[in-house]
Amino acid sequence: MGRIEARFAALKKEGRRAFVAYLTAGDPDLETTARLIPALEAAGVDVVEVGIPFSDPTADGPVIQAASQRALKNGATPAKILAMVTALRMKCSVPIVLFGYFNPILSYGPERFAADAAAAGADGLLVVDLPPEEAAELRRYTDPAGLAFITLVAPTTDPSRARKILRGAAGFVYYISVTGVTGTAVPKPENIRADVERLRGLTRLPIAVGFGISTPEQAAAIAPAADGVVIGSALVRLIAEKSGGADLIPAAAAYAAAIRRAIDTAGEKSGGNAV
Amino acid sequence: MTRTQPDSRGHFGIFGGRYAAETLMPALLELEAAYRAASRDAAFRKEFAFHLREYAGRETPLYEARRLTETLGGAKIYLKREDMNHTGSHKINNTLGQCLLARRMGKKKVIAETGAGQHGVATATAAALFGMECRIFMGEEDIRRQAHNVHRMRILGAEIVPVAAGTATLKDAMNEAMRYWVAAVRDTFYVIGTVAGPHPYPVMVRDFQSVIGREAKRQILKREGRLPDGLVACVGGGSNALGLFSPFIGDAGVAMTGVEAAGKGLATDLHSASITAGRVGVLHGNKTYLLQDPEGQVRDAYAIAAGLDYPGVGPEHAWLNDTGRARYVAVTDAEAVEAFIALSRLEGIIPALESAHAVAHVLKAAPAMAKDRILIVNLSGRGDKDAETIAARKEGGE
Repeated sequence: MGRIEARFAALKKEGRRAFVAYLTAGDPDLETTARLIPALEAAGVDVVEVGIPFSDPTADGPVIQAASQRALKNGATPAKILAMVTALRMKCSVPIVLFGYFNPILSYGPERFAADAAAAGADGLLVVDLPPEEAAELRRYTDPAGLAFITLVAPTTDPSRARKILRGAAGFVYYISVTGVTGTAVPKPENIRADVERLRGLTRLPIAVGFGISTPEQAAAIAPAADGVVIGSALVRLIAEKSGGADLIPAAAAYAAAIRRAIDTAGEKSGGNAV
Repeated sequence: MTRTQPDSRGHFGIFGGRYAAETLMPALLELEAAYRAASRDAAFRKEFAFHLREYAGRETPLYEARRLTETLGGAKIYLKREDMNHTGSHKINNTLGQCLLARRMGKKKVIAETGAGQHGVATATAAALFGMECRIFMGEEDIRRQAHNVHRMRILGAEIVPVAAGTATLKDAMNEAMRYWVAAVRDTFYVIGTVAGPHPYPVMVRDFQSVIGREAKRQILKREGRLPDGLVACVGGGSNALGLFSPFIGDAGVAMTGVEAAGKGLATDLHSASITAGRVGVLHGNKTYLLQDPEGQVRDAYAIAAGLDYPGVGPEHAWLNDTGRARYVAVTDAEAVEAFIALSRLEGIIPALESAHAVAHVLKAAPAMAKDRILIVNLSGRGDKDAETIAARKEGGE
């Protein structure tokens, strides 16, 4: 069992939901990212999505666009990000999902990327602009390397397409909670509950919900409906605001701890009906 | 060569495809089904033909450029006068087609990206004609250098959404249009202006534009009793070029040349020659030749002609290049400006700076060709919009 599967299985046994956190690698610089990840793990993050910056992030809102630009300006590259993951693995066992767009991976070489990402200790991969129809050219290398290819399902995905997509899914399912780009709209818990229930009939994988969740209150409201909550833009915004200051790491850890508490408290209140 | 491409998922060889976020995938599949049904529907085709004829003013002339031919002393040169279309360029062919399709699909809102503003004006025009709400995404740099077209779009009732990201040109406008579409996909139709983007756009836009080549073929056969020896068209994304080339692809004797923008020179970073100087990558939903750095970050394109200022190219062009069916060359800003002036003075036709790139290649190629050879150049748009750019350049002493 991989780290992602093991973590979700352990949480399920405890009746808890996962806290998945996204950050853009290299924003403000890779040294800071390397200090943030263990701090986030210590604060209760279960899975870290490590964003590989791209010049044209068409699925992202302004917060992650700006973070990507800062990271690129400060020299983040796929090779340097993988080197950072390799170093992190000496002290840190949090499951890591590499998150990005296809072109930097294509440019790196899909075969080489799969080998290097697995060797670095990454556990999964999420490529925003690589739908299942085009994914074979990457998965022929990443699947054998043991990297879980995380699949996105959107509110616009109809059930027959969802069934097809989920047949090849691995790790966990990332349910996009709003029709839009990252960090621009707030999801409605009642809609999420119904959407996630529909997906339950199509997959046994855990389902994490993301896009637009930023506060502990929102995380608490969404958590009972799913197996995990993804926080992205809100954390990236906080990193941007505190960037360069001495309190960046403590502030990010405190924010993560607050989200962690909100998710766990909501789980208790919902009467432990986790699946 | 017969047309066997693209495959059912929009691949031209290794190029094309549908590299899009999941939120957009259902909309792209719906669009593909709707387009396929419409293109098989005689009533839709008739309606499209009606609007091309009665509204856009087709067919456009195939004009023998006698003074240009005499001056160059080589091949006989014909100009396909797409500049004579309503709105001043070939772009209206495609926007009429897509807006008719949007109407058929019950979508009352359209969005588009624009560089030079020609596609934006053509979209705003079709939207006004069909009573649709229209939003145009345009880079701030392009808004500055194409103010004339910005005024036109606003007069037509479109809302201009300025885009400040990146170099604030066409690529950034397309990024922002895609982001907007992700959020508005349920009731909004995205009118892409070129033969790029996720499948089915490259095929759909090519088909809507291929009226250019079908007319040119009929006209040249009537006029000369034979097919031309060569076709020349400028290539940014490449819609005017594919519109001209497409009906001739099976005619092996007809050479095809796409002309990219070499900007300030291919040795500099300031150009838009994605086929000539790029490598394979994925951007805006399709795999194609792309200007990018060694890490796969997309480079900013540059061209004096805003409509060519794009770091990618339609996937069918990438495929035509690799199969050898078409050839791609690049001409510099200075060569394009020289051609702009030459055509204006010799024929009384002010070409768009984009189209001037095609003319610039002809200035180089025609003199070396025998007098019984025939070239058709796609004069894709008119140059009124570029008068200020040319005037400023002259004053600047260039």
